[in-house]
Amino acid sequence: MTAIAPEKRRGLFRRKLVDRTVGLLSILALSIAVAGMVWILWVVLARGASVISLSFFTEPSKPYGAPDGGIANALLGTIEITVGAILIGVPPALLGGIYLAEFGKGTKLGNAIRFSANVMMGMPSVVVGLFIYAILVIPMHGPSGFAGSAALAVLMFPVVLRTTEDMLLMVPDALRESALALGCSRARTAVRIICRSARSGLVTGIMLAIARVAGETAPLLFTAMWSDAWPKHYFSEPTANLPVLVTEYATNSPFEEQHAAGWGAALVVTLLVLLLNISTRIIFKERHNGR
Amino acid sequence: MTNIPRKSIINPACSDRLFRIAAAGSAFLVLALLAGLLLQLGIGSAPAWREFGFGFLIGTGWDPVANVYGALPAIVGTLLTTAIALILAIPPAFVTALWLVDAPPGIGEILSQALDLLAAIPSVIYGMWGLFVLVPVMQNYVQPFLSETLKLGKIPFFGEYGNGFGYLTASLILALMILPYMSAVMRNVFRMTPSMLRESAFGIGCTRWETAKDIVMRYGIRGLLGGIFIGLGRALGETMAVLFVIGNVMELPDNLYASGTTIAATLANNFAEANGIMRAVLFALGLILLLLSLGVQVLAQYYLAMTGAARGEK
Amino acid sequence: MDVEEKIKISVRNLDFFYAGGHQALFGNCLEIPANRITAVIGPSGCGKSTHLRVYNRIFELYRGQSATGEVRIDGENILAPEVDVLELRRKVGMIFQKPTPFPMSVFDNVAYPMRLHFKLSKSEIADRVENALRGASLWEEVKDKLKKSGLALSGGQQQRLCIARAIAAEPEILLMDEPTSAVDPVATLKIEDLVLQLRERFTVVIVTHNMQQASRISDYTAFFYKGEIIEFDKTEKIFTNPSCKKTEEYITGRFG
Repeated sequence: MTAIAPEKRRGLFRRKLVDRTVGLLSILALSIAVAGMVWILWVVLARGASVISLSFFTEPSKPYGAPDGGIANALLGTIEITVGAILIGVPPALLGGIYLAEFGKGTKLGNAIRFSANVMMGMPSVVVGLFIYAILVIPMHGPSGFAGSAALAVLMFPVVLRTTEDMLLMVPDALRESALALGCSRARTAVRIICRSARSGLVTGIMLAIARVAGETAPLLFTAMWSDAWPKHYFSEPTANLPVLVTEYATNSPFEEQHAAGWGAALVVTLLVLLLNISTRIIFKERHNGR
Repeated sequence: MTNIPRKSIINPACSDRLFRIAAAGSAFLVLALLAGLLLQLGIGSAPAWREFGFGFLIGTGWDPVANVYGALPAIVGTLLTTAIALILAIPPAFVTALWLVDAPPGIGEILSQALDLLAAIPSVIYGMWGLFVLVPVMQNYVQPFLSETLKLGKIPFFGEYGNGFGYLTASLILALMILPYMSAVMRNVFRMTPSMLRESAFGIGCTRWETAKDIVMRYGIRGLLGGIFIGLGRALGETMAVLFVIGNVMELPDNLYASGTTIAATLANNFAEANGIMRAVLFALGLILLLLSLGVQVLAQYYLAMTGAARGEK
Repeated sequence: MDVEEKIKISVRNLDFFYAGGHQALFGNCLEIPANRITAVIGPSGCGKSTHLRVYNRIFELYRGQSATGEVRIDGENILAPEVDVLELRRKVGMIFQKPTPFPMSVFDNVAYPMRLHFKLSKSEIADRVENALRGASLWEEVKDKLKKSGLALSGGQQQRLCIARAIAAEPEILLMDEPTSAVDPVATLKIEDLVLQLRERFTVVIVTHNMQQASRISDYTAFFYKGEIIEFDKTEKIFTNPSCKKTEEYITGRFG
């Protein structure tokens, strides 16, 4: 076959130019994204920090832009709701994760559950809010902090389930086999030995789930709703909480003080979420480097 | 054999069984919750379907006083913002994933973490920033720039005068929110490309971009699609960020700068005070959103699972 | 080496370093003759593949790896920074240990390098694809499967497909890194026959773990040990009467 004529060559210069351009565009895109993140965090920090003071954390919120309002009740409410969500959602998720990793590995049911858990993680949180409204708020004749916890628990559940499963699967089989060979029952092996071995991973998973729900607003809009009172009646009255406070103050309020307070609350939420996120990453890295 | 006293009064085999049942039951909760979601939204919305029938899906009016409800503006708004967000976010997600996978170890790691931090910021914070910072910027700088300086305002449907709120702003924020998710999935897909395959492509004389475009992308296409569907799913369900900036008007869009709504924003805005038939209508909207999300998520997981299988076989 | 042999690749003082400073090749000097098959043998980890991968600068894919010295192909030092790497890789084709068909049809696999480097008409591409597949002894087996995915072929066929792909853009040198190690014995023999035929059009350098293979098909053999070239000579001589003791020990299976 005759050699290919040189004039049929495709321009090397053009090919390299395209390659370089794509590289530059990548860096540009990355810079814009990171700049966006920095911008957002900077705005939250700048506007929120000016409102932060001791009284901000100790005074409850006051209606109609009354002076000296704080976020104490909302902070307390968020803590109550989040703790409630952990208590409701984490134990069954841990158990379920143990099931998937220790008993359900490779089974059809196990695969179906894993697939469904992944699907559930992508469900819009507002829809979960509607769900809890239907099964809790209506029968209980009104909003409550408990309903809010239930909604957040539903959101946390598939996350903790999957991370538990993933962490437990990372424990080598040799450990399982040696425990069983000693006469340990499957249940005991799973709980006492495997879980203990994967302990930090499990905690990381839970922290990650908390980080994901700590800033969730939509489901709380219909379940815990909003209140200016102290969160004393967790099971029967709407419970103040930070995310809904931010929403109320930003969109439903004409008062400047409340806008400012909203930024303060936003800063608190952001710091909380970022702290949780960053610590999970550090813990995870240490685990891997320690191996 | 000497009788070694048992440690607990419960027969270990029995407690083992109980534990297993409890664990299985907990795992099964996933399926129960999903079924429950569908069921409850179906039940809650039944009055609306009975009253309005499927015309509800294409109706455009929204007047609670006159008992007129139409889902179309919300549905169209959801689809429009999602579509624009995807168009804006997919190319950057792709190229950033490519770059990060080959980046020098120190910088690459830091930038990856920074990008992932974008995903951790709660939706309501995006909303605050959007409302108080982005909206004025859009109104005073970006929208005039696009419409007048770039003459894009001449294109039908684009929009000429904006107040900073509306579909474009909402789509921009959505794009920023879904970018880190898609980039993370795509990064994983690129890392899974066998190095020998990449070396083959380079060995033939491909540039980095040609390798990515012709070989790596094809090899990992299922994973890439999975990542895109994940982004799609998030954009569909995003509530707070959209709520703050879209303007909350129950009307069909006639240009990108117009105010409008999405299903999620409509729910967030109206549900708390709704009762009676309006509540059922909102449940119906929720059901539509749920079905859309379920479809997208199932597709996403299906594609991602296929890459897992491919990985296992190879 | 015979005086009249034309030298295709001339290596002088080649050192190679992995990331972190670890040195893998020490002062390699070698002259690869044109249109001959040169085998590169030696125990695992002695630098055979590393040396081969300098010829098309494929090591540059990885951060921190570097080569110093001279590697002249047709007189031009290809390690110099001014050298166009894309063109170099068109001229120097590479076959890997495992078959690596691209995720596309058989036809597109072979057509790809042509489309990458040249602007040819559809009919020209079709002709040249057939030519390349014939050149790789694969045409008869795949001529009615051209639209099927390259991954649907058997292991031996996939490797021959990779060879067809490598020769499609008209290279001058073919580098083969243990090309039959992942392929069954029957397919191995087919590929060995193919390599013998390819010698007429290309200069072949083949790294192999299999000494019988080296003695079967190569004209010249280079023996590597711990990053150094211990001996380089005609294959007959290496395998029947090696000059160096180390070579002899390796050939007779004392180690490796």
